[in-house]
Amino acid sequence: MGCISCAGFVIAMSETDAVTLRLKEPTTIPIEADSICPDLFVGRSQAGIESLPAFYGRRKVTLGDLFTVEGENSDQVIVEGALRYVKKIGQRMTRGRVVVRGDVGLHLGAYMRGGEIVVEGNAGDWAGAHMQGGRIWIRGNAGHLLGAAYRGEKRGMNGGVIIVEGNAGREVGALMRRGLIVVLGDVDEFAGVRMITGSIFVSGRLGARAGAGMKRGTIVAFADHAELLPTFRYDCRFQPTFLRCYLLQLHAWGMSIDDDRLEGFYRRYHGDLTTLGKGEILIYDQR
Amino acid sequence: MIGIINGEVYDPQNGVNGQICEIWVENGKIVPPPDLEKRGGAQIIDASGMVVMPGGVDIHSHIVGAKVNAGRKFRPEDHRDHVRSRTAYTRSGSGYTVPSTFLTGYGYAELGYTTVMEAATAPLTARHTHEELEDTPMVDKGVFITMGNNHFIMNCIRTKQLEKARHYVAWLLGASKGYAIKIVNPGGVENWKWGRNVSTLDDEVIGFGVTPRQIITALAWINDELGLPHTPHIHGINLGQPGSARTTVETIKALEGRRAHLCHLQFLSYGGEPGKSLRSGALEVARAVNEHPNITVDIGQVVFGQVTTMTSDGPLQYRLHQLTGQKWINDDVEGETGGGIVPMEYKRRNWINAIQWITGLELFLLIEDPWRVFLTTDHPNAGPFFCYPQVIKLLMDRDYRAEMLEKVHPRARKRTVLAELDREYSLYEIAIITRAGTARALGLKNKGHLGLGADADIAIYRKMDDKEAMFARPYLVLKDGQIVVRDGQVLHEYQGRTLYVAPSYDPGVESDLRTHFEECYTVSFENYPVAPDYLPRSEVVSCT
Repeated sequence: MGCISCAGFVIAMSETDAVTLRLKEPTTIPIEADSICPDLFVGRSQAGIESLPAFYGRRKVTLGDLFTVEGENSDQVIVEGALRYVKKIGQRMTRGRVVVRGDVGLHLGAYMRGGEIVVEGNAGDWAGAHMQGGRIWIRGNAGHLLGAAYRGEKRGMNGGVIIVEGNAGREVGALMRRGLIVVLGDVDEFAGVRMITGSIFVSGRLGARAGAGMKRGTIVAFADHAELLPTFRYDCRFQPTFLRCYLLQLHAWGMSIDDDRLEGFYRRYHGDLTTLGKGEILIYDQR
Repeated sequence: MIGIINGEVYDPQNGVNGQICEIWVENGKIVPPPDLEKRGGAQIIDASGMVVMPGGVDIHSHIVGAKVNAGRKFRPEDHRDHVRSRTAYTRSGSGYTVPSTFLTGYGYAELGYTTVMEAATAPLTARHTHEELEDTPMVDKGVFITMGNNHFIMNCIRTKQLEKARHYVAWLLGASKGYAIKIVNPGGVENWKWGRNVSTLDDEVIGFGVTPRQIITALAWINDELGLPHTPHIHGINLGQPGSARTTVETIKALEGRRAHLCHLQFLSYGGEPGKSLRSGALEVARAVNEHPNITVDIGQVVFGQVTTMTSDGPLQYRLHQLTGQKWINDDVEGETGGGIVPMEYKRRNWINAIQWITGLELFLLIEDPWRVFLTTDHPNAGPFFCYPQVIKLLMDRDYRAEMLEKVHPRARKRTVLAELDREYSLYEIAIITRAGTARALGLKNKGHLGLGADADIAIYRKMDDKEAMFARPYLVLKDGQIVVRDGQVLHEYQGRTLYVAPSYDPGVESDLRTHFEECYTVSFENYPVAPDYLPRSEVVSCT
């Protein structure tokens, strides 16, 4: 899989209708902005949006204190500025679209159920945590615990699609229950740790200990080498039909899919044998 | 001075059943009505249309200590969505089934409870428990000390040195600043260290050659000899197992008339065969309790929803972990006890949980003497303590009970007599099972009643038909004569006292103990006792 045109996945957005938020001043103080959520912007005037609550450090402020707001009553949202310390954008959203121009902070789209988020830069840790539906498209890198479960919870991402064009950190899809995570770059250690079901595709390097403690689910490594835990057992070399369906869908969303990966053979390993052992790791093995 | 007038008073200890009386409070105590001129300067609380009761006394709850704190750390998901902000008068906190210490104190006060007993602490971790108690405001509190698997005691029983064991128990209660003897799965927790358990009263404890029966009877004898205010507080064997009703009845008989308290009886009253069937065994257990006036019990009523099970009963927790697939902590406290923690959810539509819920209610309704059956949810094992009002409503409202029974799994309904029990608790009886009875069973002479000289711990509730709403939000709560809660909200923080006992013992036992500590403990004998400065406000309750 290679570069992306985005044409199919992200429908062109009419910017004239959108609500645009621009962060007034760059800051290193964390901002909790779970009110930047299309659901809350629908039916609200510009003043109404400006008066939505947010936290600036421990101070309770309004969105209008932190952002200049243009537009009203729309589920199309554009967020601009130095947003690295802005957390929880799109949390719990169910509809509409959020476009983030630049990097974004932690918990992007956590608990989201619908709609889509496009990040044109990098995203922080916990993006798509507990996500249940909708789509997140990150053009840059993602942090750790992409689509994971918060600490102590029994299951993480439960639906939806996350696509990362860059790299992702550790514990991608930890305790994932359903859905698809695609990382075109590398992922760090413990991808799919304690996964329950769901799918994780990795184009670059699959980090060590992938699928540790996984019960079911699929991890696909499109690079032809991956270092597996000893608790995964080799089954066979085959051409998985389902993978072809997935890749064709990704192609339809505008990704360029390498014919070798589409038609090629994969080595199947099952595990993690310390638990149920019904999970699988597929590693690309030439055409 | 404060006067509470026009209120309907329920003070079962003094036989007051809903009469309109005046209650007068001065310097933290209940005082006789003053003469007219003194009344002028008093603060008068008009309690017309309200119910006045002594402050609640919880006889069994897990609120502080090593395992509760481990439970807090173990369950970030229990805290994430349950936070309470700081106010000008109160601190912030978080947690639902295992709330932080301050929140626990506020939560109890906001239900009208003013005394809470922490149900199990290993003596070795008592220092931690007292540190947390210091941070648990609003209520008076005490700690039960686990002794049912204590190596020193079991050795004394084997060598028939019960006198020595008696002095040791007295020393241990004083050293750990405990309030009562707690026995948890006697012998079973020790056997769990070998991967085993006990299933009858006559099973052998590995390496000690004693039996659960011997441990229980010895500690019951010691309790009587020391004249402790409370009875031995017993969590019996086979907890949670089908067929536990049989061993519970045997345990009651084994006590041979000695006083004892059986805690969270619901978990110990199942019929059926292990691994095959499960049904409520409430009928036979209630009959045994009714026949033995030496026994008091608390129920540990299941409340549907999230809980965190935590107990010193290590093998039980492993079984729960295997059964539910939930995460699990196991604990081993040297030569004293063990423990475990497993989060759970009780579901209406799960027939086993429904049978547990039914068993608890059947026990409440079948045990005739309210002075011997007490309301608990074994917080946080069967339900969080702030669900007490819901349990009260189930007991007081037959129609509500029938309605709730309709909602549980039909398979559970088939095996129950609950539908035929139409007893309804009166306010007088509720006052007994939540305050007067518990205070009496604990030997707290100044609590649980509103007679002259009693501690001025008072709860005033608005009289309502919906008893859940009524008990969930007291109009006023007084602690030691100060108004600390108004309309279910804490007004200001108040530091309660830690209650403990200090029975006398023969100092000769200390030389044996010194050797025992050198041989067996990671802590030196000198460092073991909890120093008095760990208890900034305390009160020694005298032994008889």
